[in-house]
Amino acid sequence: MSKQRKAVALVSGGLDSMLAAKVVQEQGIRVEGINFFTGFCVEGHTHAIREKDRSRPKRNNALWVAEQLGMKLHIIDISADYKDVVLNPKHGYGANLNPCLDCKIFMVHRALEWMEANGFDFIVTGEVVGQRPKSQRADTMPVVARESGAEDRLLRPLCAKNLPPTLPEREGWVERERLYDFSGRSRKPQMALAAALGLKEYAQPAGGCCFLTDEHYSAKLADLWRARGERDYDLDDIMLLKVGRHLRPRPHFKLIIGREEGENNFLEGYRRRFIHLRTLGHTGPLVLVDGKVDRDDLELAARIAARYGQGRDAAAVEVQVEDPEGVLGAVLTVAPLPPHEVPESWHV
Amino acid sequence: MSRHQLDARNLLCPLPVIRTQDRVATLAPGDVLEVLCTDPGALNDIPAWCRLNGHRVLETRREGRDIVLLVEVGEEGR
Ligand code: SF4
Repeated sequence: MSKQRKAVALVSGGLDSMLAAKVVQEQGIRVEGINFFTGFCVEGHTHAIREKDRSRPKRNNALWVAEQLGMKLHIIDISADYKDVVLNPKHGYGANLNPCLDCKIFMVHRALEWMEANGFDFIVTGEVVGQRPKSQRADTMPVVARESGAEDRLLRPLCAKNLPPTLPEREGWVERERLYDFSGRSRKPQMALAAALGLKEYAQPAGGCCFLTDEHYSAKLADLWRARGERDYDLDDIMLLKVGRHLRPRPHFKLIIGREEGENNFLEGYRRRFIHLRTLGHTGPLVLVDGKVDRDDLELAARIAARYGQGRDAAAVEVQVEDPEGVLGAVLTVAPLPPHEVPESWHV
Repeated sequence: MSRHQLDARNLLCPLPVIRTQDRVATLAPGDVLEVLCTDPGALNDIPAWCRLNGHRVLETRREGRDIVLLVEVGEEGR
């Protein structure tokens, strides 16, 4: 009997990677999934925090896909090493701060390391030639295979027939004939294949798989770098960019304002890191202050905090200011800033 | 069999799952891990991860703002 071959499939939670894994499973290969946590993943996050998204399923799509396909899933936190990909992408960015090509190379490389450490035979991805403007062009497909080090152990079942045969095909572990030749941006072939494989439900991520493809998110990240005078971030920074209203009234400080209870609760977790404000006597947001501030700045921050609370129409509102250590608890009495004095340009 | 605790509060999904996964990898079958978290997404994700990997959720409950899950480590693991 021939050896049971094993493949590790990159699972994003979207349809393409789900199909790719399934197609290979159908050929008798034992497939396990791997999902990378970069810190920018759209998964769950804000959905879980914001009330308005409560109705949406809070499931993690990668886990859900793995359950549908009956395969194990390993979620790997690559957020620390991924920083270099975001800060110094050799191949540059896409439309926003998304370093898609470098990201793919990095992920396939990490999958390769996992494959070798766990005695697996090859790697599967859901890439399709011509699907994305930069990272999935015909001429970038070999770049991913080469620069990741995976070479011909990287199989893309959805477009394999458009590419030279890989090791699993040449060795007969999988039949090339039963792979596909999808190309371009149309989603129809994928949907037809899903139907043929009996997959009725699947997630349809719009655009990319992470926040870096989002224009607003990228603008907030660029603003953070500008304000700090260096291109750097930590995990808390990039989580906070997903939450609340971000206002920069002065170049040297920014306010993160909870928009609802869920966000306020989340921001509560950061009280130990930031000076924070909340209104007294009126319901209002929790506001974190990011940057070095003086007395005047705090006064302005308090007026803004009051503007976003229930006391916005009151003549005066009391705002409690606390430092991260919780020792300096000042109460400022301020007039809420009128909406027209909050210029659009403050919104990050 | 021993009991362990993991504080995954204020972490957003999928971090609570990742922390659970990495912790379970260091435990023995039959051990029980108490996971504390605040992201309600964990109520879906941790049980789903357990089902996939042969572990058992013995209990889920809320304690104020915290969500507590008791995970019993399964035989298989990896
Ligand atoms: S959208 Fe994000 S996760 Fe997906 S390839 Fe691009 S940078 Fe990577």
